[in-house]
Amino acid sequence: MTTASGGDREPGTRRAQVEMVHAEGLHKSFGRLEVLKGIELSVAPGEVLCLIGPSGSGKSTFLRCINHLEKIDAGRLYVDGELVGYRQHGDKLYEMRDREVCQRRAQIGMVFQRFNLFPHMKVLDNVTIGPMRVKGESLAKAAERAHRLLERVELADKVDAYPNQLSGGQQQRVAIARALAMEPKLMLFDEPTSALDPELVGDVLDVMRKLAEDGMTMIVVTHEMGFAREVGDTVVFMDGGVVVESGDPRQVLTQPAHARTRAFLSKVL
Amino acid sequence: MPKAPPEPDPGPLAPREPNAVPPGTVASKDQEHVIKAVPVRHPGQWVAAAVLVLLGAMLVHSVVFSSVKRGTTVEGRFQWNVVGQYLFSPPILRGVVVTIELTVIAMAAGIAIGVVLAVMRLSSSTLLSSTSWVYIWFFRGTPVLVQLFFWYVGISYLFPNLSLGVPFGPALVHLNVNALVTPFVAAVVGLSLNEGAYMAEIVRAGILSVDEGQVEAAQSIGMRRIQSLRLIVLPQAMRLIIPPTGNEVISMLKTSSLASVVTVAELFFAAQTISNRTYQIVPLLIVASIWYLFITSILTIGQYFVERHYARGSARPKPPRLWEKLARNLFSVHPLRSGSPPFGDGTGAAPVSPSGAR
Repeated sequence: MTTASGGDREPGTRRAQVEMVHAEGLHKSFGRLEVLKGIELSVAPGEVLCLIGPSGSGKSTFLRCINHLEKIDAGRLYVDGELVGYRQHGDKLYEMRDREVCQRRAQIGMVFQRFNLFPHMKVLDNVTIGPMRVKGESLAKAAERAHRLLERVELADKVDAYPNQLSGGQQQRVAIARALAMEPKLMLFDEPTSALDPELVGDVLDVMRKLAEDGMTMIVVTHEMGFAREVGDTVVFMDGGVVVESGDPRQVLTQPAHARTRAFLSKVL
Repeated sequence: MPKAPPEPDPGPLAPREPNAVPPGTVASKDQEHVIKAVPVRHPGQWVAAAVLVLLGAMLVHSVVFSSVKRGTTVEGRFQWNVVGQYLFSPPILRGVVVTIELTVIAMAAGIAIGVVLAVMRLSSSTLLSSTSWVYIWFFRGTPVLVQLFFWYVGISYLFPNLSLGVPFGPALVHLNVNALVTPFVAAVVGLSLNEGAYMAEIVRAGILSVDEGQVEAAQSIGMRRIQSLRLIVLPQAMRLIIPPTGNEVISMLKTSSLASVVTVAELFFAAQTISNRTYQIVPLLIVASIWYLFITSILTIGQYFVERHYARGSARPKPPRLWEKLARNLFSVHPLRSGSPPFGDGTGAAPVSPSGAR
């Protein structure tokens, strides 16, 4: 199941303790289809990492592995120095129980392409339900924070609206507020602007930019090259289930070292 | 490209004329452009209406006014006086109460069993899902009537004494099944277990209708599986679950009459008991039918309010309020000419375009 050669596990583990996210030789298959073929990647605390690449390259799958929405088949994945989905005692791995997995997930925010707001709840309830039901916070405390977050995403006047009464851009900003309400140490964005009308993309990117300026660690799967260049500390280009190239956005996006990166960028830019 | 219009198209973003006429109201400007056409005539509808009125009159006459000679006496064909005599008689009213009790208890238990079975069926555990499958297979595959007889007669024949205790070990509690399984208990158990199988399929369909992204969103904020089911999935599944469940309740109301075969004194049994004595079979069938229709009507109204409750947050407009529906049906013959738009109740969400709310 898992590959761990004793020799290089030590340094890897040490790095894993410093990094917010650390992946070593990550493999993931859906049936016969191997989607991730040995991902090596690290994200430092406070770093904004933008994942780019053609569709089917495994970007979203990798993102989903980080909060254990997908189980990995091989390799090691650490978030904040701890293995994702498993506990290690000596050389043996033990699968985590649902309760433990949920506790870990509660510390990682995720924003989806299709927003996935809870349509039967008002905006305020969408934002308070996590803190109240998962962390057991009081309504007063959760609502106070929710109001503050909704103000931050400039939707303070929409607390009593239902998601379907909002535009896509507004829904996505509520989704960001919902994730932030759990006070995560890491935020994952899975193509947050891909389902939006062009004129609504800017508002969502503004919120994400502010979040990055406040020092949030972020992994953003995106096709917004402008955002990647301005906000990203690192750009990672994935193709065919592997990291082809990574580095400074200006470097990767303007002078890519690999032919595959060049080919991709010439299509999207 | 088509030919250029005489005036340049202002484009979709240009502000509308300030006095542009909103759709649905009669134009005040440009009166000469209002269409006053002769509508299409439908003479066939008048003929059909005449025939229906005639048939209706015959039916009313036959049901209400006509009389018939039975033996030596001439009496009303439907014996409405007998219907009136028994409609509110104590045994019938007690039967109505028992019927409602049976329906409510069996339905509540059936829904609970159905939810559990549906969740089991969708579980990743093969043991749970196949157990649920076998249950549904068995209870949907045998007639309720047979099941009722089984619980009433069969169970005390097979297990006259039940003991609770360690499996294959000493017993702790002894139960006399004969004393325990009264007709009412047998009916409730039989109807509930059978209903559970049907509800399981309804609930399962409802759960499957909820977008998977909802579960993922719930998981991503750290919800446990049971929490996401209870707080996120089931409330949304309710929209799909309620209409067929309403059907099931009404169906259960009538199926509960089968409990008469295991001597539960419910409505149909009560009516039968009287007619066995007085030989006034048809009037007492009418008495029972009137009560079944009355309770069904109440249930239909109840279902309407439950549906309204679970429609909250839906993109689709809420169903109109009852009085609005009535008012529209009574006072607007032509839906196209009535002033009110076809949906929107003025309180909740006006339907918005996906891009530009606010």
